[in-house]
Parts: sequence; C-alpha cells; structure tokens
Amino acid sequence: MLRLLSFALFLAIWWTAALFVGGAKLPSPPAVLNVIIAEAASGALFLHLGATLARVALAFVLAMSLGSAIGYLMGRVKLADRLGDPWLILLLNLPALVVIVLAYIWAGLTEAAAIAAIAINKLPTAVVTLREGTRALDRSLDEMASVFAMPRWRAFRHVVLPQLAPYIAASARSGLSLVWKIVLVAELLGRPNGVGFEIGVAFQLFDTPRLLAYSLTFAAVVLVIETALVQPFEARATRWRPRAA
Amino acid sequence: MRLEVDITGKTYSSAAGGTHEVLAPVSFALQSGEVGVLIGPSGCGKSTMLRIILGLDRDFDGHVARPPQARIGMVFQEPRLLPWRSVEQNVRLAAPDVTDAKLSELFKILELEAHRSHFPGELSLGLARRVALARAFAVEPDLLVLDEPLASLDDALAGRLRDEIATLVASRPVMTLLVTHSLDDAVRLGDRLFFLSPRPARIVAEVPIDIPRDTRGEAEIAAIKASLAQRIQDGRAERDIS
Repeated sequence: MLRLLSFALFLAIWWTAALFVGGAKLPSPPAVLNVIIAEAASGALFLHLGATLARVALAFVLAMSLGSAIGYLMGRVKLADRLGDPWLILLLNLPALVVIVLAYIWAGLTEAAAIAAIAINKLPTAVVTLREGTRALDRSLDEMASVFAMPRWRAFRHVVLPQLAPYIAASARSGLSLVWKIVLVAELLGRPNGVGFEIGVAFQLFDTPRLLAYSLTFAAVVLVIETALVQPFEARATRWRPRAA
Repeated sequence: MRLEVDITGKTYSSAAGGTHEVLAPVSFALQSGEVGVLIGPSGCGKSTMLRIILGLDRDFDGHVARPPQARIGMVFQEPRLLPWRSVEQNVRLAAPDVTDAKLSELFKILELEAHRSHFPGELSLGLARRVALARAFAVEPDLLVLDEPLASLDDALAGRLRDEIATLVASRPVMTLLVTHSLDDAVRLGDRLFFLSPRPARIVAEVPIDIPRDTRGEAEIAAIKASLAQRIQDGRAERDIS
C-alpha cells in the first residue's frame, strides 16, 4: 500500500515537472506510455528486452558461480588468498568501461566479448563477499561435522552452504544491480540489439520519449525480478533465524 | 575395541609469542563397555585432550590409537547444533543410517518427540543439550565422548539426563569418555575415574570403581564419594606439606 502511494507520488512529480519543462525535454507519462505500447505492439520492445535479459542472465550466472568458487577457495586456503589478492584489488578498481572496451578490441564485437566483459566486472565483488562469508564460517560446526564423519558433500551442503547463503544473497543482490548498469554500456558500445543499443539510438536522435520508454520498462523488469526472485531467496535462506521483534 | 591414549606433551604458542604447556604426559586406555571419567579443574586442558583424542588437533607429541573404523558420538560443551536444520534433521544428518524406530525411541527417552520439527533457536539450552545427546547416540557410537554434557542445567534436569545417559550407555558396548567437574556425576556414571592436575594437565590419580554401575545404590555412591573426598583432602594436605 505504502509502495503504491510512493509510486503515485513519483508519477505526480514527473507529470508536474513535464508540464513546466515541456514535452521535448521531459515527455509526460501518457506520451511515454504510448511509445511503450507502440514498441510492444511491433515486438521490438520484447526483442531488445529479451536480448538484454539473456546477457544479464548469462553474465550473472557466470560471474556468481566463478566468483563464489574463487571466494570460497580464498577464504579457506591462505595461499590462494595471498596469490589472488593483488588480482582482486586490480579488478575491483578497474573501471567497467576499460574492461568493456578492451574486451571488444581483443575479442571483437561479439556476444562472447560482451558477456565476458560484464562478468569480469561483477566477478571481484562476488569474490570479496564470499571470501568474507567463508572467513566467518563457524569452526565449531566444522569440527562437529568432522567428528561425526560427515561426508564432504553433505557437510558442505548442510553445514557450510547455509552459513554462506546470506552472503550469496547479498552478493547476488548487489551483483544484479551492478550487472543491470553495466550491460547497457556494453550494449551501447558494441551490440546491435538490446536496451542499451536502443537507448544509444534514442540519444543520437534526441528522442526522449523513446529513451524513457526503454529505460522505464527495463527498470520495471528489474523491480519485478528483485521482488519475485531475489527477495524470496533471501527470505528462504534466513528463515531459520528467529524473527526480529 | 580399545582406545589408547599416550600423549607425551602439548604446547601452543600464544599470540604474545610465548609458548605454553597445556598438557603434561598423559596416558590411559579405555575398553569397550567402560566409562572413563576425566575430572579436573576448569581450564586444565581437558578440552584440548578431547580434541586430540577425537583427531581434531594433530599438533601434539605422542600417540593416540583409536580403532580406525570406530564411529564417534560426541556431545560438545555447547550443543553445536545446526541452527538452520530442524531437530530431526540435525540428528539424521549426523546419523544417516538411523532407523525410524530407533529415532523414535531415542526421542521418547529424551522427551524430544514434541520438538522434532523445531529449529534449535527455538529450544531452551536443556532441550538443545538433549538433542545433542540424541545425535551422539543415534550414530550408535563405538566411542562416545561427553564434554560436560550436564553443565549449567538445574539439578533435577541434570539428574534425569544423567539417568538417561546411564541407560543409553548400558544398552550397548561402547567406550565412553566423560568430562565433568561433578564428583557426583563421575561416581554415578564412571567405571574408572581419572583425576587431573591443574594446567599443564597430568593424571594425578586413577581410581577404578569395582561395583558395577547398575548395582550401585545410594549408600554405595555415598561411600565412594566419601572415600574420594578423603583422598582428595589427603592429597591436598600432602601437597601443602611438600
């Protein structure tokens, strides 16, 4: 209910601002809605959204699985931590734009280059979060598993993974928002489709309604995925915790 | 089966850089069906000794011979349950081979039937300790290690749980090692008592109790306690003179 109210407030502010600034710079909500409907009817909206979502999904899965594995290793093995740390700091501080441009130069304007560049941007934050989570693992439970001779996989699944789940959820959440931002840049610079590409075209034509139509639909999709997928996972992962009063 | 412990020493380096001797030479053996009790002052190194016996700490001098295929059941000082698994899952994860009948029986003895599907965070300490006991017994251990399983429970509950431990230990041939502060627990449950010195721990006295556990009445227990108290007194007196 509060959410709806806050959304209505946003619309109201937008509408009033549009009245003052004028339709060329800031089109009113109905104008943008018209563009969205037109683009949806022609199928272009779904094509571009689909392309972007596919890239996000691939890059996200790649970065999360690789990053979690590396982070776990670095949290457990001191040598891996020492070896990996300088790389991690380098990757963490490397601007996304540099990675994307270099990927396109080295691997060509290909789908693989785009996805790899996005994944590389997300990778280090996943590593850092999971390393922190692994360092915080409860040793006394490891000992319990070892005394009761739990097989490795069972101990990992039931003792380690539940402790890492909040870190994985946090990393997924921050990672998803990072990937959402970077995917558009990668598309703008070197892909012939996707929301980023469309925004690039709209920018060149100074077509503000189209620009807003694509960005807002995209934002809506992000919001839906956040509430429908990420938040339930987080809630499930922490369901055993006694509720805070 | 037989557990042979022959530790010749254990030291550790503290963060400040000094080396500390935790264990002096300690050696004893335990047979199947026997309950050994380690009694000693707080901080004397009992838990370190247990960690060595369980194979959790390999950085020591000496030798511990544990039958390689021996199944271990352990009750830690804190319950060490998985907070994200239910009571039943906690037990089943440690003891995947436990049958439904066996599990029901254990839960019945330990009065946990009503809590099967609860999470450990919802349990009192007394209940959590009982779950830890159920877990240790469910694996049908060859070596059962109990590290102050009754600490910080009220007397009535501790007494009931102690009887339950006695029943469970008597129900199968198992080498049991109990760590406790309480002479009462030691005399009621133990077959052989090992009295430990303050840190670095060594065995000051080994006292076998000849009367079988199940035939010890209150009178016998009182008598054994009295004679032990006398010995402890004498020991203190001797130490004070020398």
